[in-house]
Amino acid sequence: MTSVAVHAVAKRFGSVPVLSDISTTFAKGTFTSLLGPSGSGKTTLLRIVAGFVAPDEGSVTIGDRDVTGIPVWGRNIGMMFQSYALFPHMSVARNVAFGLNRRGIKGSEAAQAVAEALEMVHLTGFGDRMPKNLSGGQQQRVALARAMVIKPSVLLLDEPLSALDRRLRQEMQVELLRIQRETGLTTIFVTHDQEEALTLSDRIAILDKGRIVQSGAPAEVYECPQTRFAAEFLGDSNFLTGTVEQGAVRLADGTVVQTTSPLPANGAKVTLAVRPEKMSPVGQDAPANRLAARIVTVIYAGPVLSYLLETADGTKVKLFVANRDGTVLREGETITLGWAAEHSIPVLD
Amino acid sequence: MTRLGHVFLALILIFLYTPILVLMAMGFNESPLYELPFQFSTRWYRALMGNQELLTSSFNSLVLALITSVVATALGTIAALALSRRQFRGRSLLQLLLLPPIAIPWLITGTAMLIFFYWTGIGRGMHALVIGHVALAVPYVVLVVGTGLRTVRSDLEEAAMSLGSTPIHAFYAITLPLLFPSILGAALFAFAVSLDQFVVSYFLSSPGYTTLPVQIYSAIRKGFTPEINAISTLLLLGSMTVILIFARFAKPGAPK
Repeated sequence: MTSVAVHAVAKRFGSVPVLSDISTTFAKGTFTSLLGPSGSGKTTLLRIVAGFVAPDEGSVTIGDRDVTGIPVWGRNIGMMFQSYALFPHMSVARNVAFGLNRRGIKGSEAAQAVAEALEMVHLTGFGDRMPKNLSGGQQQRVALARAMVIKPSVLLLDEPLSALDRRLRQEMQVELLRIQRETGLTTIFVTHDQEEALTLSDRIAILDKGRIVQSGAPAEVYECPQTRFAAEFLGDSNFLTGTVEQGAVRLADGTVVQTTSPLPANGAKVTLAVRPEKMSPVGQDAPANRLAARIVTVIYAGPVLSYLLETADGTKVKLFVANRDGTVLREGETITLGWAAEHSIPVLD
Repeated sequence: MTRLGHVFLALILIFLYTPILVLMAMGFNESPLYELPFQFSTRWYRALMGNQELLTSSFNSLVLALITSVVATALGTIAALALSRRQFRGRSLLQLLLLPPIAIPWLITGTAMLIFFYWTGIGRGMHALVIGHVALAVPYVVLVVGTGLRTVRSDLEEAAMSLGSTPIHAFYAITLPLLFPSILGAALFAFAVSLDQFVVSYFLSSPGYTTLPVQIYSAIRKGFTPEINAISTLLLLGSMTVILIFARFAKPGAPK
């Protein structure tokens, strides 16, 4: 087990800054997701750790070793690519043995290791097949076996599941997590899929415009987003803007919203994020916060009902309700939304 | 629709292959004036053995095509790799400049080369033919290999490097074997471009060094004999064999 650290890494492509001053540590044996939209620099950061891209500034360490000047082939990494990147002219066994051969491991010793790796991904007996005769999911498993068999210091995953369909993706997520837990391999996973990031990770780092805007355990980042971007990108969020007034926030329409989080001084402008599933339609009972809104659109999605609403001053609000008894509220109806004070989270714009 | 398609296919095959079959058959006909009825004879093949001019020019053509093929394939493959895998100044311009030579009539290219070679002192003869044919064949090689490269994803080499390959090893272990059918195809293309070439060859050959098409052309002007059918048949069989061997191994057009 090895930790990975990047220190003050910056990268520009031409005059475009892709990463600015990134410092973070990937602790031993943890599974970290780099989550962000395309163009956020997440893939570039992964490729800098891998050694495909040299940073303009800063350094990369794997374990105790500064690898900034060491090329990919000297770093002992395991990598999985979005397109699987299996060698189409080699059998499954030869694909998996490739990295072993490069390390001078050949013959029966290599065959043994290949068999073990294929067993790990449940592909025993597939060694003689050619990649093109495998399904997408099987190819993905071969790619995983090939990356793992060399006992890498770190496993780097570049959106490896995005080409699979939903069911298969969920299966592979479980597999990936099982294997990662069994081997205790430090893993860095690039994804733009927030659900995947939440399910798999010990830690999520959200990237935006070449910076890590927030990082932490999935629940921590989800429940307490620090910026509007983080709140919006990881999950859905409603934003209510107002002015701080005696430990609460007064919205434009006069509604006062309570929060348990610390707020800036009186008179300051502030944006509160409220998750749509933390709100619920209320009757006479009075939670800390109430907000009247008119239902504009009803989206029936089976287990969850989504409502798009609008308040009197035109603020758009989303509401997710678990479909407990099949009751669906009607469009045009005006309802009162209620939520607890601890679910109003002040965020930076 | 299918029936109409079959008719078209049949017509295409008939117009492509009948003239060739007639040419081959007439090489075995006794009459020097292509008269019927057909009388089988190997007379023209025997005559060919004594026709030093035709034999020499055929040999020249083959050697020239072989040299062109090797040189153009090497240069064109390197160019295709650079164009598709590297970023450098003027790349798009170079890529653009590769295509016009394919569309420019050979008569114009040939005239231009003749003038240029005369002017620079390169002159005419075998060396001029090699330069000319390679220049004509390189764009085809770049096109064929470039198309092939598009099917070899660049992340394959990255995968190899992540497993411990140096870039050179990754190229030889991954890209080259995958690209081999395209390179072979490009080599055959270059070979054919050279072997077929008449116009440019006509301008660049010297009295002491001609190629078969040029020789056939001057022979026709003197008087046509079925010896030409005989040598054409031999060449045809030779090149067909090579192409069929290639098709057997590379399966062009087949799904990967």
